[in-house]
Amino acid sequence: MVHHAVLERAAIGVGVDRLDSISLLNEAKNGSRRSLARLLSLIQSGDTTAIDTVQNPPASRSLGITGPPGVGKSVLTDRLASAFSDRGQRVAVLCIDPSSPVSGGSLLGDRMRMEESGADERIYVRSVATRDAVGSLPFRLSAMADALAHAGHDRILIETAGVGQTELGIVSIADHVLLVEGPERGDIVQAEKAGILEMADVVVVNKSDLPGAEQAASDLRSGLEFGRASTVPVLLVSALNHTGVVDLVETIENLIPSDTVSSMRWRLRLLESLQQTVLSDNRLEDLVRRLGDGEVSLQQAVQELLQPEDA
Amino acid sequence: MTRLRIVVAKPGLDGHDRGAKVVARALRDAGHEVIYTGLRRTPEEIVRIVEDEDASIVGLSSLSGAHAFLFPRVCELLNEAGLGDVVVFGGGIIPQADRPALHEAGVRGIFGPGTPTDEVLSFLEEVVERRANGSPCGVGEGSDWRRS
Ligand code: B12
Ligand SMILES: Nc1nc2c(ncn2[C@@H]2O[C@H](COP(=O)(O)OP(=O)(O)OP(=O)(O)O)[C@@H](O)[C@H]2O)c(=O)[nH]1
Ligand SMILES: [Mg+2]
Repeated sequence: MVHHAVLERAAIGVGVDRLDSISLLNEAKNGSRRSLARLLSLIQSGDTTAIDTVQNPPASRSLGITGPPGVGKSVLTDRLASAFSDRGQRVAVLCIDPSSPVSGGSLLGDRMRMEESGADERIYVRSVATRDAVGSLPFRLSAMADALAHAGHDRILIETAGVGQTELGIVSIADHVLLVEGPERGDIVQAEKAGILEMADVVVVNKSDLPGAEQAASDLRSGLEFGRASTVPVLLVSALNHTGVVDLVETIENLIPSDTVSSMRWRLRLLESLQQTVLSDNRLEDLVRRLGDGEVSLQQAVQELLQPEDA
Repeated sequence: MTRLRIVVAKPGLDGHDRGAKVVARALRDAGHEVIYTGLRRTPEEIVRIVEDEDASIVGLSSLSGAHAFLFPRVCELLNEAGLGDVVVFGGGIIPQADRPALHEAGVRGIFGPGTPTDEVLSFLEEVVERRANGSPCGVGEGSDWRRS
């Protein structure tokens, strides 16, 4: 059995005995939640052996659930998770919350709203802190989703942190993206500015039990008409009261992957991976110092980073 | 400092959540990843959350008087699930008279109203130290070690 102390040392990058990722994966496939949980920890901590073991995952469908803070992403994710589970799908949920850049700590609170999936032992829920990622998506999130697929989960829901204006990253990771909006017009303007509206496969106006939801939905529909995404469905849902959830589930089940978006996704995936590579490059700190001291220009620094590391 | 994954849980029907949230924030500010369960979780759910989250420590909060049943129940289920290396601690309104039985069940630290955050943090540091040198401290590791 792998002990926590070992994992904790692995998490902070101190050299440790090579943990047996392959047996963790096999145990996870045989239904061990703990082994799956530990494999995910190893992957997130950047363990290359663990990351290698989850390459070539079996087929699964992943859905990113994104939108401004407090619109009801967690409650909606909870309802979707139990709806898919009731349809016989094996559901896993990843809930992302930011890490504090100051302390490095994180308060992972999405579970607080997940009452139905909490009570359903068929559903695997994992909270993920963004840690050292620059944006609002943690590194190695794709590999974590791949691990879930290997463990037999065929429906993977990823709730992002409440996003600001520039968060498109989830599009590069999930097969489809659900954008959740609220009845307040202000949120919708933000979504239009950020361009995320164009990237969504489904748009939900949540909290349809509150005034303004119908209006928000029709604003969103007319916003979408001007873009290439005019066929994107806009649905009214009240996650709290369970209204509209059945229609939403049907809509999600009927989504098919689109080719135009696919090249855009690969572009984003490539950029994300490039960013990770740069951040883990041993020469980075030294380059940052030399930039600060005016010894190299930005152009020169980029050129240096693009050279192989041992050259 | 070692970054820990800690579950802060509210077992049973108790609706007092201020203390649990204060503790959760303090642990976050000390650099840990804290998974807060929200109110009204069953012992079974709490154990599943600890397992799914790969948490090495679980903090239970109770102000309603049900700790005497709920805390030992969580300990028992952790052991049954093979999670005996997980450290259990707790807080809330826990009368002195009830504490020996909780310690007996494997609860390693109990922190009542007015506890300074530093005390909880120093408890966690001791846990990390004990783990590093192989001293028992998990709920199922049969040790007399406890803090308060
Ligand atoms: C505020 C309060 C409420 C609020 C709760 C608001 C909320 N969302 O939390 C309201 C008004 C809703 C409420 C309702 C009730 N309350 Co009330 N309430 C209190 C009160 C006055 C303060 C609690 C509080 O918030 N303290 C501030 C926080 C920060 O402190 P804390 O919770 O103790 O947490 C600290 C430590 O205990 C510790 N800690 C706590 N949890 C954890 C967990 C870990 C892991 C660690 C390490 C430490 C730790 O660290 C924290 C920070 O120092 C207490 C009396 C008291 N002095 O404690 C009664 C009290 C808890 N309530 C009581 C009762 C009876 C009730 C009701 C049943 C009343 C009724 N008849 O309706 C209801 C039940 C509600 C429910 N659903 O459970 C009793 C409980 C009696 C008992 N245990 O036998 C108390 C003790 C009052 C009394 N003397 O009778 N209550
Ligand atoms: N009226 C109403 N409230 C809702 C609905 N869905 C969620 N809420 C409430 O909105 C608040 C925020 O819900 P969450 O699910 O935590 O929202 P979130 O988008 O996940 O929030 P972050 O993760 O913090 O960005 C909670 O108080 C919910 O109870 C709804 O359909 N109607
Ligand atoms: Mg949320």
